[in-house]
Order: sequence, then C-alpha cells, then structure tokens
Amino acid sequence: MTVVRIPPTLRAEVGGERQVEAEGADVRAVLEDLSARFPGLGSQLFEDGDLAPFVNVYLGGEDVRTLEGLDTPVENGQPIILLPAMAGGS
Amino acid sequence: MAANSLAPSLLDLVGDTPLVELSRFAPGPVRVFAKLEGQNPTGSIKDRVAKAMIESAEARGELEPGRHLLEPTSGNTGISLALVAKLKGYPLTCVMPENATEERKRLLRLYGAEIISSPAAEGSNGAVRMALDLAERDPSYFMPFQYANEANPRAHYEGTGAEIAEALDRVDVLVAGLGTGGTLMGAGDRLRESFPDLVVAAAEPIPGDAVMGLRSLADGYVPPILDVSKLDRKVLVSNAESVAALRELLDAEGIFGGVSAGAVVHVARKLAGELDEGVVVCVLADAGWKYLSADFWDARDVEGSMEKTVWW
Repeated sequence: MTVVRIPPTLRAEVGGERQVEAEGADVRAVLEDLSARFPGLGSQLFEDGDLAPFVNVYLGGEDVRTLEGLDTPVENGQPIILLPAMAGGS
Repeated sequence: MAANSLAPSLLDLVGDTPLVELSRFAPGPVRVFAKLEGQNPTGSIKDRVAKAMIESAEARGELEPGRHLLEPTSGNTGISLALVAKLKGYPLTCVMPENATEERKRLLRLYGAEIISSPAAEGSNGAVRMALDLAERDPSYFMPFQYANEANPRAHYEGTGAEIAEALDRVDVLVAGLGTGGTLMGAGDRLRESFPDLVVAAAEPIPGDAVMGLRSLADGYVPPILDVSKLDRKVLVSNAESVAALRELLDAEGIFGGVSAGAVVHVARKLAGELDEGVVVCVLADAGWKYLSADFWDARDVEGSMEKTVWW
C-alpha cells in the first residue's frame, strides 16, 4: 500500500482528500490504480501514456523523472507526492 | 576581476565569488564546498543573470535607450535588474506576487524600480502570466525573461561553472537550488566538460498548499531553459528542513544563508553521505538578510509560518 499526496489543484478529482492510498509495484501501476478509481485524475496525470508535462511525481522525495520514470519500483510504505510544475527562481 | 584592483563600476564586481569549505557543517571523508553568491553586489547570484541578459540584448541590438524593462520576479532577479537598469539608464517594472517580503519590495523601490502586484493565490506562475500579457500588449516594454533567456544559463556556464572548475581539481557533485534552472543547466554543462562523471543535483522546495492555487495542471509552468533530462537528482526539501539547515550552517560555519541556501546545503550534505570520497560543491544563491522580517526564525511551526509564500 502506498500513500499518495494530492496537491490542491487535483483534490476535487479525489473527493477533496489531501492524500489517498493506492497499490502497485511501480509508479505507473500506483498511478494507474488511482486513475481507475478516479478517472478525472488519470486524464490529468497521463498524456500519451507518459507523465503529463506539468505534473511532477516524487518517490522518497526525489523526482521520478531523474529515477526510472514511471517504471521506478515502489517499495512498500514509500510515499508518493504529486506536485504541479511551478515557476521558481525569485 | 583581480583582488585589490579598482573597479570602473559595480557591474565589474559581479561574479568571482569565493568558495569556502564546510568542514564543520559537513565533516567526513567527502569535502563539501559552498560558493557564496551572496557576495555579489546586490547580494545574490541573480546579479550574474541580470547583467548577462541586459548586455547580451544590447549586443544583439534588441535593447536600446528609451526602452522600459519588465520582468516577473519575487525578489532577487528584480533587485539585480534594478541595479543594472539604474547604471545603464533604463526604467524597470517588476511583476511580483503581492505576498513577497517587505524587504524585497522596499529594496526594489529604493533602487528605483516600480512594482506591479500579481495575485498572491496565483504564486509565481501568476506573475509570469501577467508579465507576459503586459509585454504583449505594450511593445515599449523589453522583457529579459530569465525563464527563457539563454543568457541566463550562459552566465552560469561562463561564470559560476567556470569559476568552480578553475578553483577545484575534482568535483563529483554539484548542488544548486532549482528555480529557473539557469544555475543547474549552465554550471552543470561547464563542470561536466571538466568532470565527465559529475552528478548534477537540484534542491527543490515543497510548495505550501497556499502557493499552489492553480486552476488546473494545465496552468503549470516549466521554464523553457530547464531540461530536466540534464539533472541527475532532483530532491524535494521541506521549508522546515531548509530553515533547520540554514540555522545549523550559521551555527557551525558563521555563514548566514537565505532559505534556498539552507535547502542546498541540506541536499549537499545528504549526497556527500552517499559517497565514500570526493568533492561536493553547492551554490548558495543568497544570504539571509532579505528574509529577516519573515516569521520562521522564531516560529515553532516553521511549515505553518512559511506555507503562504514561495521562497525561491
């Protein structure tokens, strides 16, 4: 079981929850499990089978794009954080 | 420029910042060095970016006297642009979220810049959108736009990165804060030329709920100059971790860093701990002075006191 933190932007898609639980052996499986239950979420997370450009997914505090992307294995109990891509750089 | 020489203007004192070893903050077999960008003329790394963006636009003939500079910025870039604009005779307007710190607004006004506030709830993305819109409607504006300006990473390729490569015989890890991506892209490219096995690591803030007030993910923003595939690590740092690290850095080394500097040394020490030997260099973008009015210094609930603002 994996806890997935949901940013404010996407909470409406999961009934207003700040975090939801999902199952899966890798990041793709976890996000697909969520998408099956919350279709509105899935359409925002994925684009042509890959991660949508404006969503960042973190596993163990690191962006999965610098790990193995959607194929990054998820160990039991490792939380996933979803964040919108935001402009930084004051 | 060389020490003890005379500078024709403050702009000639941008860059050539010192590197200092953090042997007390990060003891161990791996040496950790910090590049103190707070020692630039206006106190941040953005002096390099502002100077490079304006001078490259002038050199290309895109910017001439009479134009009005416009930039979305919640602080450091605006202050750096304000210095460059003043010395070169351009008026400057900055678009910033209305919840930017008071020191920053006051500093900008003292340097002679005008401020247009964008809605706090839309965060930095809102300031970017508003500035792009203003520039499109009024062609007298010239917008350097650090997020898409190649002079930004180039300033770090030719400056920040080259200075580190010249100072050290070995660099295994480069750590910098992720904002526009300019430091990581430019200094990363330059250091990879000298040290091919270099790991380029970004320290990235976890934004509070209040600053993520986007209508949808489609309103998100990835700076055009940022190529995430060039990053080897991209590590989230909480506000509480950043503040704890910057207090520890001050206590151990006497270095008073800004919020992103706290995050960067936190990640530098973490990555140093993953190695048996080697050299980690971290880039401290600014010092703590511009954050003194913030609540987090005394707050028990650091996250609660910081969640409404973007800190870098």
